[in-house]
This record gives sequence, C-alpha cells and structure tokens, in this order.
Amino acid sequence: MANSKLKRRLNRGSFHQLTSDPALLIGVVLILASLVLFIVYPLYSAMKLSLSQDGAFSLSQYKYIFTHSYYRKSIMNSIMLGASVATLATFIGFIFAYAIAKGKIKGSGFFQSMAILPIISPPFMFALSVILLFGRNGLITAKLLHLDTGGVYGLKGLIIVQVITMYPIAYMTLVGILQGIDPDLETCAMNLGAKRLKTFFTVTLPLALPGIFASWLLVFVGSLTDFGNPIIIGGEFDVLSVRAYLEFTGMGNLPRGAALAMLLLIPTVGVFFIQKYIIKNKAYVTITGKSSRRGSTSVTNGAKTGLFVFALGVSLFVLMFYVTIISGSFIKLWGVDWSLTLRHFVYAWDVGLTTLKNTLVLATISTPITAVLGMVIAFIVVRKSFAGKQILDFLSMLSYAIPGTAVGIGYILAFNKAPFKLSGTAFILIAVYVFRNVPIGVQGGIAALKQISGDIEESSTNLGASTAYTFRKITLPLVRPAFFAGATFAFVRSMTAISAIIFLVSARWNHLTVLILAQTEIMRLGAASVLSFALIVVIMAFIFIIMKLTGLKQSQIFGTTN
Amino acid sequence: MEQKKNKDYLVLKDITKIFSDGRGNDVTAVDNISLTIKKGDFVTLLGPSGCGKTTTLRMVAGFELQTAGDISLGDKLINDIAPFDRNMPMVFQSYALFPHLTIFENIAYGLKIRKLSKEVIKNDVAMVSQMVNLVGLENRYPGELSGGQQQRVALARALVLKPEIILFDEPLSNLDAKLRIQTRTEIKRVQQMMGITALYVTHDQSEALSMSDQIVIMNRGEIAQVGTPEEIYDHPNSSFVADFIGNANFIDATVSEIGSDSITVTVQGKTLTVKKTDEVFSEGEEVSLAIKPEAVDVSIEPTGFTGKLDVSSFLGSITEYKIEFENSFITAVHSNTTGYTMKHYKMGEEVNINFNKEFFRIYKK
Repeated sequence: MANSKLKRRLNRGSFHQLTSDPALLIGVVLILASLVLFIVYPLYSAMKLSLSQDGAFSLSQYKYIFTHSYYRKSIMNSIMLGASVATLATFIGFIFAYAIAKGKIKGSGFFQSMAILPIISPPFMFALSVILLFGRNGLITAKLLHLDTGGVYGLKGLIIVQVITMYPIAYMTLVGILQGIDPDLETCAMNLGAKRLKTFFTVTLPLALPGIFASWLLVFVGSLTDFGNPIIIGGEFDVLSVRAYLEFTGMGNLPRGAALAMLLLIPTVGVFFIQKYIIKNKAYVTITGKSSRRGSTSVTNGAKTGLFVFALGVSLFVLMFYVTIISGSFIKLWGVDWSLTLRHFVYAWDVGLTTLKNTLVLATISTPITAVLGMVIAFIVVRKSFAGKQILDFLSMLSYAIPGTAVGIGYILAFNKAPFKLSGTAFILIAVYVFRNVPIGVQGGIAALKQISGDIEESSTNLGASTAYTFRKITLPLVRPAFFAGATFAFVRSMTAISAIIFLVSARWNHLTVLILAQTEIMRLGAASVLSFALIVVIMAFIFIIMKLTGLKQSQIFGTTN
Repeated sequence: MEQKKNKDYLVLKDITKIFSDGRGNDVTAVDNISLTIKKGDFVTLLGPSGCGKTTTLRMVAGFELQTAGDISLGDKLINDIAPFDRNMPMVFQSYALFPHLTIFENIAYGLKIRKLSKEVIKNDVAMVSQMVNLVGLENRYPGELSGGQQQRVALARALVLKPEIILFDEPLSNLDAKLRIQTRTEIKRVQQMMGITALYVTHDQSEALSMSDQIVIMNRGEIAQVGTPEEIYDHPNSSFVADFIGNANFIDATVSEIGSDSITVTVQGKTLTVKKTDEVFSEGEEVSLAIKPEAVDVSIEPTGFTGKLDVSSFLGSITEYKIEFENSFITAVHSNTTGYTMKHYKMGEEVNINFNKEFFRIYKK
C-alpha cells in the first residue's frame, strides 16, 4: 500500500522543481514555445511543402529529383566535393593542431591566429580572392602565366576555397583533443621501446581518431551546406545548396526547391546524431585536473621544422588571399588597368553604407539575445531536472543540424502569412540569427557549467540565494568567458551569414554579404573587395573591443586552448 | 537556555529516498529512517560510502526531495520549504568557495542576500574571521589559500549567518591528518561556544567518536545504531557496528552451553564464557565472537591460543600484529609504553595470543 504512495511521490519529484519554481516554469515554457515556433515550425513548413502535390501527400518531388540525371548529378557533386574537402581540411587541420599542441613549434601564437582567421571572414571572401588570383583576368593565371582559363570555376576552385574556409573547423576540433592526450602516454610508449614514429602511429593517432572522425564529418557537412562559395565559383559544377536556391527563387519552383533543401537535411541530421550520441561516448580523452604541462618529447627537432614549414606555407597561402582582397579594393580594373584608385570606396560607400549599417544594427541586436538565451538554456539543461528537459536540450541544438538553405526556405514559407507575417521585416532576420546561432552559446555554456562543480551553486542556494540570485552572482561571472565567446561567435556568424538570409533579405533590410554577392555577380570585383574588406574590419574591431572590454584572450574566446 | 537545549529540534520521520538510475531501475538510497536530534547536540551520521548518510544530509538541506516521510525543524514541517529558505548553512566537502569572490565577499555572501547593512556585514565578517583565524586574508581569492585556510573560510561563511543548525558534509576529508585533528577540535569548540546544533556526515570513525554527542551509524540506507560514542563503542548492537566502529576481530565459535547470564562457546577446542546479549542463541549454533584489537595482545607465555604471524607493524607507541587464526586473520595490538618491548617475531612464526576475555561479544553469524 505504501508502494503506490511512493510511486506518486516519485513521479511528482520530476515536476517538483518546475512547480515550486515559477520563474523556471515560465522560462522553460517561453523558451520551448519560441524554439518550436522558430525552429520546428519552419522546418515543418518546408517539409510539408516538399511532400505535397495539389494539397495531398506525395513523394513526386523526390521521385522527380532522383529520376533526372540533372539533379542526381548535383547530389553526386555535393558528395564528391564534401568528401574531398573533408579529407584535405582535416589533414591540414590535424597538422596545424599537432604542430601547436604537440610540436609546440615556434610562432605558435601566430599560427593559432592563422588557424582561426578564416572563421571570422565573410563567407565567400576566398572565392572572390581566387577569382582575382586565378580567374580569367587573374593576377597569377593571366598576368604571370599568360593563361586564358576559366579552370578555376568548378570543382578544383571550390575545393581550394572550401578547404581554406573550413580547415579551421578541423583545427578547432582536433587541437583540444590532442592537448588532452597526456604526454605521459607518449613518453611511456617510448619508455617501452617504441620509436617516435611508432609512438605516433600506435598511441597519438589512435587516441585522436574519434576527433579526426568528428572533424571529417563536420567539414563534410560544412561543405555540403556551403552556399556562398559554390554560387560564386561553382560555375558549371552544380551543387545541391545552389540548386535548391535557384529552383526556389530563380525558377519559382517552391516544392522542388524545398525538396532539394530537405535532401541536405539528411546528412546534416545524420551527422548531428552521430556527434551527439556516438562520438561523445567514444572519446578517450578525459581532462583531469592533473593534466601534464610538460613539453612533449615525442616530436624531434627535424619533425618540428617540417611542421613549421608546412604551417607557414599554409598561413602564407591564406594571407595571400587577404592581401589580394585588400589590393583589389585599390586597383582600378583588376586584370586590365592596375593603377591605384579610391573609386571603389566611393562607389561602395554609395551602394553599401545603408546596408552595412543595417547589417551591423541587426547583428548588434541579435548578439546579446543569442548569448543570453544560449546561457539560460545551458543553465537549465545542466542544472535543473524536470520532465521534458531532453526535449529542450534537443530542440536547442537542432538548428545546428538544419542547413541554412532549409532554414531560409522554411522561414519564407512559415512567416509569409498570418498569424506570423514577418517576411520583409527586421524581426525575421533577427530571429534567424538568434535561433541559428543559439546552439553555439548553448554548447559553450554547457561545457563551462559542467566545469563548475554543482557544490558551488548549491552552496549559494544553501546560504539563502534564490535561483535567480545564484545565476546572477555566481554562475554568470564564472561562465563569463564562455558567454562572451558565444556572443562573439553569434556576432561573427550574423555578420557573415548568407545561406539562410539570402532568402529573407528585403529592399529595406538587406545584408552586406548579399550585397557583396550581387556585386560579384555583376563583376564589380573592386566594390566586392571593398565591401569584404569593410566586413572584415568591422568583425576584427568587434573582437578587439570584446577582448579589451572583458580582458579575455583570443584563445579563451575561440576555445582553442584549455 | 538549559530547558531549551534538550528539546527535540530536527526530526526525520519515516524518510525514504528512491533514486531512478535512468534505466528504469529504482535504487533505494535511504530506507524508512527516523531520527530525532536535540537542540544544541552534535550529531554525526557515520557509515561506509553508499550507506545513505550524504543523501540524508542533502534531504535535510533541501537539495533532495525525500520520496516519502517528513522532516520537521522545531515543530515546523519543512518538506516544502525551498533550500534557500531553510537557513541551514552547510560546509561542503569540496568547500565550494566561490572562486571569483574574495574571502571577504565569500563570507559576506549570505549576509548580502539577507540585505544587511554594509556596516553590519563588515562587523560580522570581521568577528567570524577573528573566530576562525582568517584575519589578514580577507582580500585574497580562494585559489590563493591553503586547503586548511579554505576550509576555515567555508566554516566562517556558514557561521557568520548565526544559524541555529549547521550541516557538515565530510568537511575534513581533504585535509592532511594533523590538520584534520586540529580542525575537528576547532569545529567542536565553535559549535559549543555558539550553542549551534550540528549534523555532521563522515566516514571517519575517530572524527565521529571525538566530536559527537550522538552517533548515528548507517548501513545500506538504514540506521544500524544510535547512541553516544561510548555506547556505540562499548556496546555495538550488531557485528556490522562492531566491525565498523572498532575494526573488531571476528572469530568463529560454537555455542556449547547457555547459562542464565552467560554463554559458553568453543573455540579451537577450548571453551570461553561470554556475556549474554538480547539476541537468542541455541546450543550447537555456529556464532561469531567479536573482540577489538586493543583487547588482543601477543604473549611470550603460553595462553592456550596460538596463531601464525603474518605481518607486524611497528607504529611507535603500539605495534600491530596481523595473525592467522582459525582460517581468518585477526589483529592484535601491543602497547609499547607498558615498560617492555615485545620480542621480534618472524613472519610465519607461531605466536601466543592473549585475549582479554571479558571484551568478547557474541553475534549471530
């Protein structure tokens, strides 16, 4: 008889925190509602459209896509491009990470910056540079080698550009993992008689393997969902994200565009689940308090030199693109008239100033919202237990898995009519920024909160502090670095967004990246360079200000050292 | 004050805590325990890890909600009072100092929440700092303090609230042996001076014996015995308590005769007479005899009992002998302060065992 009473108490327990803490209850309900409205509902709208014909359920769009070689080709192209880029970028990222984490090569600080620089650059800045360097009027191809070639458009050019854009993803995934491998393990292997190369292949590499796998998948998905580079430099090489955009906006075939975007969803969601449920449990690296700070003895001086030369080569190659963009801003007519001019600045000022301002305003509004929301969700997920917590966790991370193209299409479909008529407004752009970037804040927040022992917060509660007071006075100051890291990423990603927002911009609220794209398409490369340059300057200035105001270091914000 | 002291203060009634292990299985951490703590008493929950002592403490603090049962404090039911409204400061095992606040700010934290004036906060913090010997460290950060100093900050942060009851969760387990002994006298002194009721969780029996007014021995979620340190030490009511609190030796024996207030048992073919307890035995029953190491010595003279020496450890004032006896190992303690040093035995040598027979207690097997 006591048993049934016990059961009731037990069930009540999971709701107890919610019912006894009205602030928490209200917060959870509001957050869940907004996640459903801005993540699930648009996705549902796009999916519904792709699965219906004349108002009835139908697979006809998908059938059409898979029976026409024209579309099959773009699917195969996307996969081939993704696999090549993932392999190359992971290779470069691993060497960078190994050189910095294990080799401790000279100039590590510089190389660390170089390994994350492409992340904070506009989405197709490299594509633009590649055209300036290797295009029909390219500095290297036409001017130095006297080749008349459009060969840079297509697979080759795309691989170069995407590898440079995405090796930072691989680097950031791998550097933490390599740092987490206790040098004592390598020392021990050598102590047991393994030579250095043997140690690398039997200890270091196997331990890093889950990270390498994760990095490969992340870059693969990054390449698949990339929109900015392929639309500029893809040429005849058709990929899914661009095809979806062209079908949807260019040809007005909304259902087919939606269906193509949904196809992108399959690999991204797949990788999301692999990341969340498989790799997480397979990682060998455990970071303990006693992590050894001794230098590794496993890298010879010869190997260090090799790593240094490689890292320097890649860095110079990357820097060359930045120099190109900056020079492109001052050259009268690239490839034809090399004289210096400021006319691109004048022109860019005319066409771009309002857009730059608007872009900045929207990013500035959405950044704090994203950072706070991410932290609040992380706090609830880590520290509170109640029925439905998993749903909150899942939904908040889900938008990470939805390709920008699918988000853009979903938002158009979901928010172009009552009761949620938002298209054309600033609000829809802010919503996209917030809900596309919130997973980064959540992830960073969860990692930071898990490092704070629960004792500390309990101790505050025990001394009489309410949940809100504890959050404000104890938790928030301790997660400050993670908070500002989240905010910085949110800002950078808002400033460099393209794949989703290209569907959502309007004459009133344009975005600088869309403007750059338009200028590139009409071959006003000088103006495009100026605008890219301006975007980089704004982003750098923001990061600089954040670092000055908070006293945080670059490595704390970008989480590349632990 | 005196008549107030003996009043029932913290009462746990039929408390049960069941955790779900996430795979659909329920684990009973605390199983229907009841406990009454008097005002001003120092009560220790003592037991091996996993016995439910910390869970019990956390239910009192309000961090866990009991699955069944009631907790009341001074006649008031506190089941539904939020942890931050319970006013029962707790000293954590990890100290849980706020790393981004100075020592002063750490100690003042609870006072600030209670919205006391700056003046009062300053005075109270200064007073408590004085009491636990932290003067001069107020502007440091926790990371800059030694373990012992951090521990004192954790204590000061609780004391400054002038609570009626204070909770301790193994507060000394991160200190080295010498500091531990010093700090436990310190805690006891402050607790008595301020007349605070204390609920203290530990797995260290010497801590429990030296500090407590009452010890609550817990095992597998249940209370095994409650009593003063002397009662528990001298009259353990079960073989578990005898083993846990006194590291008792257990010897197999057979009941040969039951007298009016004694029982005769056979060990190694010899008979011993032990005191009767509440438990009922029958003739021929296989039983356990418990005897504490300090009631067992080795002897040069024959005593009738012999065993094979396994290890001897010279510890200064005493020497401990581990001896193989009747298919198990027992520990004997020889005091080196009695005037003569025991001769050196070699490993495997036959030694005479001298039991101080009146300390044998008989338990069911």
